[in-house]
Parts: sequence; structure tokens; C-alpha cells
Amino acid sequence: MSESTTTTTGIPEATTPPAEKTTKNMLLNVGPSHPAMHGVIRITVELEGEIVRKADIEIGYLHRAFEKHCESGTYTQAFPYTDRLNYVSPLINNFGYAAAVEKLMGLEIPERCKYIRVIMSELSRITDHLTCIGASAMELGAFSVFLYMMKAREWLYELIESVTGARITISYGRIGGVKADLPKEFADNCRHAMKKTREVLKEVDALLTRNRIFIDRMKGVGIISAEEAISYGITGPFLRSTGVAYDVRKAWPYLVYDRMKFDVPVGTNGDNFDRYLVRMEEMEQSMRIVEQALDQIPEGPTNVDSEGRVIPPDLMADLGKFGKTAGLLKSETLLEPTLEGTEKRVHLQIRANDKEAWLPPKEQVYSNIEALMNHFKIIMLGHGIRPPKGEVYDMVEGGNGELGFYIVSDGTDRPWRVRCNGPCMRPMAALASILTGGQVADIIATFGSVNMIAGELDR
Amino acid sequence: MAAPELSKTLRKIQERFGDQVIEMHDQLGQDTVVISKSAIFELAQFLRDDPDLKYNYLTDLTAVDYFKRKPRFEVVYHFMSLEYKTRVRVKVPVGEPDPEVESLTPLWKIADWLERETWDMFGIKFRNHPDLRRLLLYPEFQGHPLRKDYPVTKRQPLVGPKDPMA
Repeated sequence: MSESTTTTTGIPEATTPPAEKTTKNMLLNVGPSHPAMHGVIRITVELEGEIVRKADIEIGYLHRAFEKHCESGTYTQAFPYTDRLNYVSPLINNFGYAAAVEKLMGLEIPERCKYIRVIMSELSRITDHLTCIGASAMELGAFSVFLYMMKAREWLYELIESVTGARITISYGRIGGVKADLPKEFADNCRHAMKKTREVLKEVDALLTRNRIFIDRMKGVGIISAEEAISYGITGPFLRSTGVAYDVRKAWPYLVYDRMKFDVPVGTNGDNFDRYLVRMEEMEQSMRIVEQALDQIPEGPTNVDSEGRVIPPDLMADLGKFGKTAGLLKSETLLEPTLEGTEKRVHLQIRANDKEAWLPPKEQVYSNIEALMNHFKIIMLGHGIRPPKGEVYDMVEGGNGELGFYIVSDGTDRPWRVRCNGPCMRPMAALASILTGGQVADIIATFGSVNMIAGELDR
Repeated sequence: MAAPELSKTLRKIQERFGDQVIEMHDQLGQDTVVISKSAIFELAQFLRDDPDLKYNYLTDLTAVDYFKRKPRFEVVYHFMSLEYKTRVRVKVPVGEPDPEVESLTPLWKIADWLERETWDMFGIKFRNHPDLRRLLLYPEFQGHPLRKDYPVTKRQPLVGPKDPMA
């Protein structure tokens, strides 16, 4: 229709359609005040229609100077801070930090304590994945899934509360052990909680895995290749969804993971749906580990004195006052109920038997001068736990991947430098390139599958 | 220094970068190399591409402020080989004034954010970094808080909301 290209005014119009578009790209802020961004992430996206052309991720809204604070306190005082790194699986952070300091000091922890750490870590991993899947499903509109998952998480939190005394900020790890032994009825409660959790997972599986809407939102969205993931240093479920079977528990077995039978689930496509499937399967594997650990967990060495007697505390204190301390170190007494869990019998099962690192049992502190001095040497300002000069990097498998601690000691009671290498920073760094080229609505689904935990991202 | 039982990684680094290596040890079973900062980019590339090493992961990149020591800072890299299941720590001493090392962004994409964080916290610059902004703190923040001469109690000026129309 070349005839019609001249208008009534006689000015010729362009014969080819204009190359430049008539619309402008739009700049959109997603977060930090956006419910799906958890209030702590700001994504600035440039949109062409519905398509993301450019994205910039801004983090740091929850920066609490974790590393700086660690330098100004003693080694033990860092535990409450580590609770707040990944606040949906705080136990793993506790044990990761403790393991690094123990490695620096050359401490060996008792068998029973290793099993306790494995059980509590795996329970934490389940709560972590439950939260991730529940929250990301809710952000896609599946609210009931979120409620089911939170219900299951609550059972596990109750279990954790029965052991540590708190639900989230547990501070249960100690250098050389854990705070207290498992309660008597723990194994039964744990099996019961896992049975109920399995039912919930089955229910969620039925609701989501073959759900048309869910698959459409998740499958083929947020794809990352294995090479890209490795270049971004990604570990954990996010990496495994691309088909790389890297898991710290298998590659560098710590605690007693080498005695456990479990599989490392991997995906193939590296998309949101594979990450969902990997997390679902990992929860099942974690429960397998907990069950094996409950079967294998040994009773610790119960230390009785040479005559095998348990003496009353007042007698023990009296003997101590008169200087008759020779046999007391091996004797036992019961100090319940005010100091529950501090008796020597329990103590030896869950702590490293090392005077450099662990507070002695209270019955000893009250009855002999050696233990009292030992107690003060660890508590007093300027004394405390002193790892030798040196540096260490130690890692555990956290909920989101490899959680590493790099600790530099200058030989004093305060760490010179504590570096926390949190796993969810890597997928967050990769997020901008994953989002680019996708739909604006997919930001929510992909961001949900990262399982961003601002506590460990911003430290 | 070169003990006979050095690991494969340390031996290869010794062979290739012998004159630039300042120190080498494997305390606690963790291979550690201290190397002069002119060689870091080349070393990282060597670690990544050598078929016997294949350190394909940059696990961590951070720094330590030794304050009274000279040179004052050490930039600490942790590399991991997924295939051989080995790890190595590389440390680069960087002195004042104007601490600066070569950026690893052409080799690993994660180096981008990790270097931004190190710049943010320690004020160590990375040459050839495409976009060296603060990562965790805000642009108006004064100083670099993980330096040992930054007091824990220091206050920062409050920054009001930006005017979106400006």
C-alpha cells in the first residue's frame, strides 16, 4: 500500500514501521515495604511491559554488626548472636560456630553430644524447609499450605523448646558440648512429632506437587544453570536443584553423619519447581537421619567414684571444707531441683572433658577448690576460653547450604575476627540475573525459592 | 619451609609461584598460602583452571585488620574444588595507605558482592571491579566499621528519606 503513504498534507510518512517503541520502560521498586520481600530487601526493576529488563538488589536492611560484636565479646558470648543469623534454623548456626572454635582448640566432643547435635540440626533443617515452602506457597496464593506447614513447624518447635527451653533464640550450643541433655521423653515425642509432620507433608504434596496452578507458576521459572550457580558460589538446595550433588554432610562428613544412611536429592532443571521438590525430599531425608540417630544414640560414660557411691551434696560440701577432696573428684551428688541438668552424671555425656573450655559441674564447684578455680578461670574477665593463636575455617550444612565460620584467634579470650559465611548471600547475588528476562509476577516465586533469611544475609 | 608432606595444591603453587609465596602451612589440616598481592589474580586463575586442581568455587572472600602489624590488612580467600574435595586458603597482605588488590570479578561472579562487602567493611579497594558500592551499609555511612580503629560505640549521622522527585 505504498500509495497511501502520503497524507493530505503531502508529507511522506515512513514506509517501514518505526523501530523505536512508543512506550517507556518503567522503574518499579519492589520492597522493602512489600510483604513478599519480608521487609528487608529492595529490588529495583526496570520493566518493559510485564518483562523485567534490569534488576538491582539492595540488601543490608537487617545489618546488626554481628562480626563486629563478636570481636568485642568472649568466645561464648557469641552464641546468642549466632541464634539470630538464620532464625528459622538457629541450632545449626550454634553448632557451626561451636564446631569452628572446637576445631581451633582441638577439642573432641563426646559421642552422645555428637548425636544430640545431629538430631537437633536435622530438626532445624526441617523447620527451615517447612518455613521456606510454606511461605513461598503462600506468596503464590496457597494460604492453606502455609497454615499446614506452620502447624507442623510448631510441633517441631515444641520439641526444640522441650530440649533448649526456647523456640527460636535457643543459645543451646556450647564450646565443647551442648547446654543440657535431652529430656527423658524426648525420643517418643520426637517420633510422634515426625509421624505427624509426615502426614502434613503428604497433605502438602497432594495439594501442590500436581497442582496445575502451582506448576505453571514454578516450572521453568527462575532457571539457573549449574555453571552459573557454581560461579555464584551457590550451595545447598539451590545448587542441588541444578543437578550438582554437593552436600557438606556427604563431602566433608562432620559429627556422625558418616554413620547415617541418607540420600542427597538433586533436580535437573534448576528451576523453582525443582527447588521445591528438592526441599520436600530433604525433609524426608532429615527425618530418616533423626530416626537413625535416635536408634544409635549412646548413653554417655557415667562416671561413678571408686566406690560407686552417690553422696548427698551437704556431705560433699563438708568434706570439701575440711580439705578431704581426694575422692571427691570422682564422686557424684544430685543437686536437683534448682540446678537441674548440672549433675556430673549428665554433664559428662554432653560436654568435652576439657578444663580449658567447659564449666565444671556445679556439685564440683561447690565442693572442691579445683573445680571452683576452674569455674572462675573460665568466667572471669580477662581469663576465659582461650584458643591458641591461629585461624580456622569450618563449615556445616545449613538450611540454605554451606554455612562457614572463619575465626582468627590472637590467643586472648576474645576472637580477633569472626567471619560468618552465610549461604543465602549467593543466590541473592545471582537473583538479579535470574530475574532479568522474566515476568514481573515471577519475582515473587523466584525470590520465595531462594529462602532468603535476612539474619544471615545481612548479619 | 617446603616440608616433604605438602599437599598437591601447595606443591603446585610452590612450583609455579615460588618467588611470590611469602608463607605456606597446613595448620589443622587446612592448606594456607600467603602470597604477594601482585600475584593474586594469576594465582586464582591458576587454581581455577589447572586440570589437577580445579578450584571452581570461591567459597569466601573477606579481610582481617591486624592493625599494628605491617602491612595492616590481609585479604583472605577460600577456594574449594568440588571435584577433588579440597580447599585452600589464600591470604594477601595489603598495606596502608590506599589498600588495593586486583578484583576477581572476571573469574567468579560472586566476587562482585563479596568484594563490595569487603570494601564496605574494611575500605579495601578492588581494582577493575565494575561497581564498587557499599553492600550492607548505606552510601552516607562514614568509615569502615570492621577496621579495628572504628569504635563500637560510634554514631552515624541520621539520613532522612530521599526526595523521590528530586
